Amino acid sequence: MNAQDVKYLKFATYLNAYCPHCRKSFNVKTMDEDVLDFRGMYKGQEVMIKLSPYLDVFDKWSSIPLEDGIVLDDFICSYCKKSIVVGEPRCGICGSPVAEMIISAYAKLIPFFICLKKGCEWHGLTKADEHYIKLKIPRQDMPEQDHRIRIKNFQEVPHGLTSEQAQLEAGRCLQCRKPGCVDGCPVNVDIPNFIRLIREGRTVEAAIKIKERNILPSVCGRVCPQEDQCEKGCVLGKRDKPVAIGNLERYVADFERAMGSVDIPQVTECMDRKVAVVGSGPGGLTCAADLTRLGYEVTIFEAFHQSGGVLGYGIPQFRLPKEIMAKEIEYLKELGCQIKLNAVIGRLYTVEELLKDYEAVYLGVGAGLPKFLDIPGEDLNNVVSANEYLTRINLMRAYRFPDTDTPLPQGDRVAVIGGGNVAMDSARCALRTGAKKVTVIYRRTRGELPARKDEVVHAEDEGIEFMYLTNPVKFIGDKRNWVRGIECEKMQLGEPDASGRRKPVPAPGSNFVFDCDVVIVAVGTDANPLIFDTTPDLKRDKKGYIIVDPKTMETSKEFVYAGGDIVTGSATVIQAMGSGRLAAKAIHEKLSGKKKRT
Amino acid sequence: MNEIVRKEEMAKGSIYRFDVNAPEIARKILPGQFVILRVVDGGERIPLTVADKDPSRGTISIIFQVVGKTTALLRSLEVGDNIKDLAGPLGKESEIKKFGTVVVIGGGTGTAILHHITKALKGAGNELIGIVGARSKDILIMEKEMRALCDRLIITTDDGSHGMRGFVTDALKQVLDERKDIALVHAIGPIVMMKNVCRMTKEYGIRTMVSLNPIMIDGTGMCGGCRVKVDGKMKFCCCDGPEFDGHQVDFENLELRNSMYMKEERESLLQSITLERRK
Repeated sequence: MNAQDVKYLKFATYLNAYCPHCRKSFNVKTMDEDVLDFRGMYKGQEVMIKLSPYLDVFDKWSSIPLEDGIVLDDFICSYCKKSIVVGEPRCGICGSPVAEMIISAYAKLIPFFICLKKGCEWHGLTKADEHYIKLKIPRQDMPEQDHRIRIKNFQEVPHGLTSEQAQLEAGRCLQCRKPGCVDGCPVNVDIPNFIRLIREGRTVEAAIKIKERNILPSVCGRVCPQEDQCEKGCVLGKRDKPVAIGNLERYVADFERAMGSVDIPQVTECMDRKVAVVGSGPGGLTCAADLTRLGYEVTIFEAFHQSGGVLGYGIPQFRLPKEIMAKEIEYLKELGCQIKLNAVIGRLYTVEELLKDYEAVYLGVGAGLPKFLDIPGEDLNNVVSANEYLTRINLMRAYRFPDTDTPLPQGDRVAVIGGGNVAMDSARCALRTGAKKVTVIYRRTRGELPARKDEVVHAEDEGIEFMYLTNPVKFIGDKRNWVRGIECEKMQLGEPDASGRRKPVPAPGSNFVFDCDVVIVAVGTDANPLIFDTTPDLKRDKKGYIIVDPKTMETSKEFVYAGGDIVTGSATVIQAMGSGRLAAKAIHEKLSGKKKRT
Repeated sequence: MNEIVRKEEMAKGSIYRFDVNAPEIARKILPGQFVILRVVDGGERIPLTVADKDPSRGTISIIFQVVGKTTALLRSLEVGDNIKDLAGPLGKESEIKKFGTVVVIGGGTGTAILHHITKALKGAGNELIGIVGARSKDILIMEKEMRALCDRLIITTDDGSHGMRGFVTDALKQVLDERKDIALVHAIGPIVMMKNVCRMTKEYGIRTMVSLNPIMIDGTGMCGGCRVKVDGKMKFCCCDGPEFDGHQVDFENLELRNSMYMKEERESLLQSITLERRK
């Protein structure tokens, strides 16, 4: 073990330490602190030595001032008065003698060593023991708003980790040499290192570490499906729960924001070369940030009156507070990005026209065209797409109507069709805007819900009803065109389909009518054709998504790049960010090899 | 951005015309296309079809009737004020070519939209017969402008206070009986007017274009709130429209859908009036 490694080894868990001779505990509880208490000998004088029970070996202190680097003569148990210094082993760093004690961690007794040299951090634990201790620290859950209260407000549900929890959680990380978490992250955030920085109390530096790779940490910490990405690759996950990487990311980003110590990196010299980014969603923002840092003059074109794309119009306040998003976008502006609102590309400027003024164009326009079920009665009043419902609430802030001017479909019984995150968001919004009963109708079972498990649990806790294996076949309306119910059929799971999920098939004769007065259709989105109407030479696949070279994200049209949902279909925030980053790199490579256009 | 450079009261207290400085939109917008605007933070996004443009001055003209809270707010703006958000052009442009003889019909503020299209049709060398209708003389707009463009212009008012007494369909019937060479009818106005025009032209077998005004939020095809039934299929008015072949449009459905937020619209307007009084 080298000195470099030792430095990182701070344990977060509270441990009991015992004398190897009399087996009495060194742990002492006083009014205001928990310590491990010893007698030490220094130049014939007895000194009190106290150690943090978190075995935080940096915090050795004594009753008389001792300078760093001096070596104590002896360590003595306060009870049996025997010396606990041993001849073997010697300190792995400085070679000084060491004291031995026994620590009990989760019903296992482990020898633990303390170097007699003040300031030395060696502890002599084997890697296996060290992992054993860390494994046993339980994963820290974020405190949450009580479900009985939160269904009445739009405030964020989880409160975020406390600093103690963040320390504990960061202490669980094994600092793997080949970290699976980094591979699982679409933008390859240096996860072990930012966690190490948290452990060392250097939280702001941890934030800077994340921002090297990810410009939206407080967004990603909240909305990334970590369980399928970084946390899936965590080795702890094989035997226990993985490190809560997402929660730690959120903690770091929130801490940095609260400190107001946002660091604006120096942009490399301005190159006077212009790039246009279409769409200010997560992919566009990442692409723009990367290019700006490289010295390009970037202009983002946003169709709406608010930037952020799906982060603004799609994800509700209680999952991603809008102030947080605004702050992250502010950061981008400070970097030097221009954002042009209310600019609908495809109409105000065509892609061709952009190429006249800009050397490259990145299309991160999202897949914003809501799918409908194409069943009778879909044109009834109060049958709305989830996109419309969420846009009214998030972008237009209809939950504050009539203080704001955009109304919301109102009803006591709301049915949400679909089982993804958007369906969960819609259902939970409906509950918060006064619906008495909200039911999610999904044609498969709970196991196949594509939504994040956390969000499903939140929805269930809040009292949202789930109707599985149910498929709507017809919306039923009244004379004035208002929806009054849904005719549904029950489904059975059949053979697995192309996606590997068992395909639901209708059970004959099982039709029934479900009463409701608002229906929210959340069955996904398609490619929005707006930009293609005026750019017919962009090659697209059968579903209408843009075809790109997966290595460079360049489209069939030279100098035009694309990424995010408009290439992949509905996916995650971080995946869009990954492709934005890839495109930024490719644009830089392409433009550096080319003379500036005049 | 979006500064109002001219304000004209076209009908007392109810219909206004703004010339707005928006050079990028003015450069690009075509007849039949619309813009979406938002007056204040927390305000609604409302679509307005553009009545005219002047690319050399960099302005577009919007004409609106005060019907609710947002249009009332818009009315309160003066020359020199800025419209908070203005996005466009949106929607597809009208088909403009030489058809031959075209009847253009405008009802109420629909005449404003019609004006932009008429101007283009005139430019393409069509013979134009205009029919402009309103409830009464004091809310009749753009008579002068339309007269300058049309080879023949018929004015109708419901109460007979100006021009012919009756509906635009009465005038249309006369025209259709007189002239057998009508190639196209363009009708823009209240839903019930467009519905009746289409019913009549269907009998005569004359292609009729209408411009629809469903409830809309984003105007870019993202929400699907503006879906209309055309030829039995669902269309997004903001992307596929706003103009459709009137003979295929399900007007009843549009009328019912447009009533969706009537209660809320009243509530919103009422609240704004109460707030204003309190001031």
